Amino acid sequence: VVWTDYLLALPITLLALFALGILLIDLMLPKEMKWANAVTAFIGVLFSAAGVYKIQLWMKDAPLSLGMLNTMLVDRFAIYFWYLFLAATGVAILMSVRYLETEHENHGEYYALMLLSVAGMMCMAAGFDIVLIFIGLELMAISTYVLVGFLRRDRRSNEAALKYLLLGAFSSGIFAYGLSLIYGLTGSTNLFIIGARLPALVHSEYKPVAIIALLTTITGLLFKIAAIPFHQWAPDAYEGAPTSITGFMSVAVKAAGWAMLLRILGFSYEINGRVVSWGLISMRPIYVPLLVFVSIATMTGANFAALTQTNTKRLLAYSSIAHVGYMLLGLVAGTAAVLSPDGIKGILIYLLVYTFMNLGAFAVITSLRHRNVIGDELDDLNGLYSRAPVEAVLMLIFMLSLAGIPPLAGFWGKYFIFLSLIETGHYALASLGVLYSVFGLYYYLKIANAMFMGKVEKGEEKLPISFTMRAALGLTALATLYIGILPNQFIELVNWALGIAQNPAVANLTH
Amino acid sequence: MQNHILSIILFTPLVGALVLLFVPKENKDAIRWIANFFALAGLLVSLPLVPWFWAQRFEPGFKFIEGAAGNWIPSIGASYVLGIDGISFLLIMLTTLLGWISILSSWTAIENRVKDYYIWFLVLQTGMLGVFMALDFFLFFVFWEAMLVPMYLLIGIWGGPRKLYAAIKFFLYTLAGSVLMLLGILFLYFHHHSVTGTYTFALQALYDTAPRIYSDYGPHVATLLFLSFFFAFAIKVPMFPFHTWLPDAHVEAPTAGSVILAGVLLKMGTYGFIRFSLPFFPQVLADTTTHLGMTVRGWMIFLSIVGIIYGALVSLMQKDMKKLVAYSSVSHLGFCTLGIFALTPLGISGSVLQQINHGISTGALFLIVGILYERRHTREISEYGGISNVMPIYATITMIMFLSSMGLPLLNGFVGEFTILQGTFMENWRWGAWAVPGVVLAAAYLLWLYQRVFFGTVTNPKNEKLHDLTPREVATFVPLLIMAFWIGLYPKPFFQILEQPVNHTMAMARPDYPQPAGSMNTTAANTTAAVQPPAIVAPAANMPTSPTPPPVSASTKMEGTN
Repeated sequence: VVWTDYLLALPITLLALFALGILLIDLMLPKEMKWANAVTAFIGVLFSAAGVYKIQLWMKDAPLSLGMLNTMLVDRFAIYFWYLFLAATGVAILMSVRYLETEHENHGEYYALMLLSVAGMMCMAAGFDIVLIFIGLELMAISTYVLVGFLRRDRRSNEAALKYLLLGAFSSGIFAYGLSLIYGLTGSTNLFIIGARLPALVHSEYKPVAIIALLTTITGLLFKIAAIPFHQWAPDAYEGAPTSITGFMSVAVKAAGWAMLLRILGFSYEINGRVVSWGLISMRPIYVPLLVFVSIATMTGANFAALTQTNTKRLLAYSSIAHVGYMLLGLVAGTAAVLSPDGIKGILIYLLVYTFMNLGAFAVITSLRHRNVIGDELDDLNGLYSRAPVEAVLMLIFMLSLAGIPPLAGFWGKYFIFLSLIETGHYALASLGVLYSVFGLYYYLKIANAMFMGKVEKGEEKLPISFTMRAALGLTALATLYIGILPNQFIELVNWALGIAQNPAVANLTH
Repeated sequence: MQNHILSIILFTPLVGALVLLFVPKENKDAIRWIANFFALAGLLVSLPLVPWFWAQRFEPGFKFIEGAAGNWIPSIGASYVLGIDGISFLLIMLTTLLGWISILSSWTAIENRVKDYYIWFLVLQTGMLGVFMALDFFLFFVFWEAMLVPMYLLIGIWGGPRKLYAAIKFFLYTLAGSVLMLLGILFLYFHHHSVTGTYTFALQALYDTAPRIYSDYGPHVATLLFLSFFFAFAIKVPMFPFHTWLPDAHVEAPTAGSVILAGVLLKMGTYGFIRFSLPFFPQVLADTTTHLGMTVRGWMIFLSIVGIIYGALVSLMQKDMKKLVAYSSVSHLGFCTLGIFALTPLGISGSVLQQINHGISTGALFLIVGILYERRHTREISEYGGISNVMPIYATITMIMFLSSMGLPLLNGFVGEFTILQGTFMENWRWGAWAVPGVVLAAAYLLWLYQRVFFGTVTNPKNEKLHDLTPREVATFVPLLIMAFWIGLYPKPFFQILEQPVNHTMAMARPDYPQPAGSMNTTAANTTAAVQPPAIVAPAANMPTSPTPPPVSASTKMEGTN
């Protein structure tokens, strides 16, 4: 073991150190200086990002690198997700500063827990050993349980945290059960060895056990990304949690769930002419029909449930469930045995654009919280345009982007998902998916209607927007527009992350 | 200048919108002046296109092409490429003209949130122009969808009492059609790749390969694919029975929104049929197998004729003037689709000309209704009567526009409808016979409307003090009147402009059709056919009959050499 083995965990270590540092510094800060915690956390995120960048530079030629006694696989996929988590966390910190002051809950633990949960996420994305993945998952989940209940005086927040904790613990149990069965079958916790030994087992007398292991594992995974029928926790947790945390959960926690799902279910990519694959990929013929069912159920259920919501956070919770449904279609794309590279590319792009547009939407809702107004009901958005025109226009952009209208970022997520489905011949699923996305436009327009065409009910006063909130809104809106109009480098980024060669067959036509 | 003229026309309104962003919203007059300046500038920069285009009207292919492959999103093969032919040229000129007129007509009609109104209107203008200019299918799709947003806001914010319902219905309805088209586009994209090994959305490349889907995947898939495009375009046109969004959107939209909606937006559907459906799926239209009792083409004709008659009959029954004009659009656009699917050169060029005519006359009709509405805030026909006594100029202009809309000879409507019917008769006299009652009914509902609103004595005391048109209002009608008379008296230049693209479309959509014989200007048509680049005609000509698939190398070689 060389010392660089541990260096791969540098960004994670940095985050953990900063989290502990915040806890210490918080004790010494006077009440009116609590904003310094946010600064520390933000610096921590920057340091961690610098660490990721260092690793990226260091790995330059190597497509992947095993670390931490072969429990971590740092490949471009992991680096991609690390950047994504850090970007989401940075924006979420910017969103939180004023919000926590308004809620009188300005404690350092908030930021410490946030950083710790990101450390967990990073373990999930880079985990190559089911034990490390599980530990990362628990670190993330437990931090999030506390964050959801962070508004101690708010009953909704407490209820949400308890509900999330109970269901989360339950699903973690099922998930751990599945993982233990996998370990029992294959005799290893390493995803690569599991991937190598499973194919033989699936065709032996152990097939029933393998299927039970698969089902329980997938149940745990689907719970974490909140796919129907394992979505029950999401609307409640999203509604009750502090709004900034709702935003954080809906993008970072979700992306981590997806990273873990992709890691465990496995995908393959080609590096230097060698096909690398691992995990449960060999059981793909068994789980694809399941995923088809789940994604149709998710799109249907979430879109219909979102129609009748009157609470914006709850509406966006259902919308985020619906987006999981579309993303699952990307996992279906391909043949029964082989996952289409375009499908997984679609998922990665989807997560990227979703991070910015959804965080932006939650930033707008967070900014509505001031003095005695909670601001998370649909009616609170009424006439927002006359009170805060810039926020209203940005919210319109985010909503249209979520609905997938070009040329906004959200379009590209859907585009690549449906592209992969058409490419691999799933015409009916693609048609169903696009029709549901039209369906989804209806409830996004409900928000737009309230903002632009509704009448102001509670006071005409201008909305006070803090400087950090402006920065968060600006960043997310800029990303949503920029990725939407000039997506090329982001598509290439994802190609890079997945080791897909930049498409040589793309047109060199002159018209 | 000529190299970038299309981009300049395309982005002038958008620049105006950006400039308006920095004007304080309290300063309404400045906003109005700036918006009108940019709208007029949008028209003026498009005028040089007229002589330039005229000079090369018989030359084959797309003109004023700008942008190269791979300049936008090389990783998926989408590029920013613009170019026009005669069809898109006429529609672009219509768009810039109507855009200016609508913005001018909004001066007093819009009083609240003036700034946003003009910003969205100018954005809309850019979106519509982009649809007609794009030579890249992906770019086309982006403009096609992006344009929905400003229109939705225009209806939803500045609309009538049921604006929310109308705006959402418009948005959802049109989006539902276009997402299916996206899947169709992707199918063509992958098919093109499987044939040539190249990923591209370039229109001309897809023209070469798309017709082969019929032989590669069979009639069933090709028909479904045709349908995926059909829904997008038919909803936009709108063809019966997809028209239900139209009356709502028109009635609730502000006047200028209605003008643009009827004048330009509906044309995007017919444009799509001509530009994409006909060249992509010639065999589907030629197919004689029946679906539910009719061939695909039979269904298209059937729905067009039903639209003509149904739209006219419903117009007769309306109590609201604006709704009457809205339903008359269904009827008029029925003629346009009839001409397209008659698949004769006369039918198609008549159809394009009728689209321009409809933009002029129906645009004017909405302005006319809007002027009365602005003065009295009602559109109920029964509220009026004897208006010609108090507003003589207004009544005269209205009469001319009504006559133009119903197709009186010497005015534009006649030329368009006559050419369409002629083209349809040449194909099948029964189709023409079914469509003719639409012309009669149009005269009925328009003249009856005129009689009820303008003739007689003023019965309603509220109408006694109405003031006649202001110079600004007259100015909005002058260009429309000029165009109406010009097309009515001397349509030859328009047919000359349309000749090359129509023949080209015919060659792709119906390669077996005896080409030069059916055209209007034989000498020019011969040159056109002779100069036609082989890459475009050759595969199309080979397609339906030749037993062996057209050589792949021919198309790929062309792509390689350029």
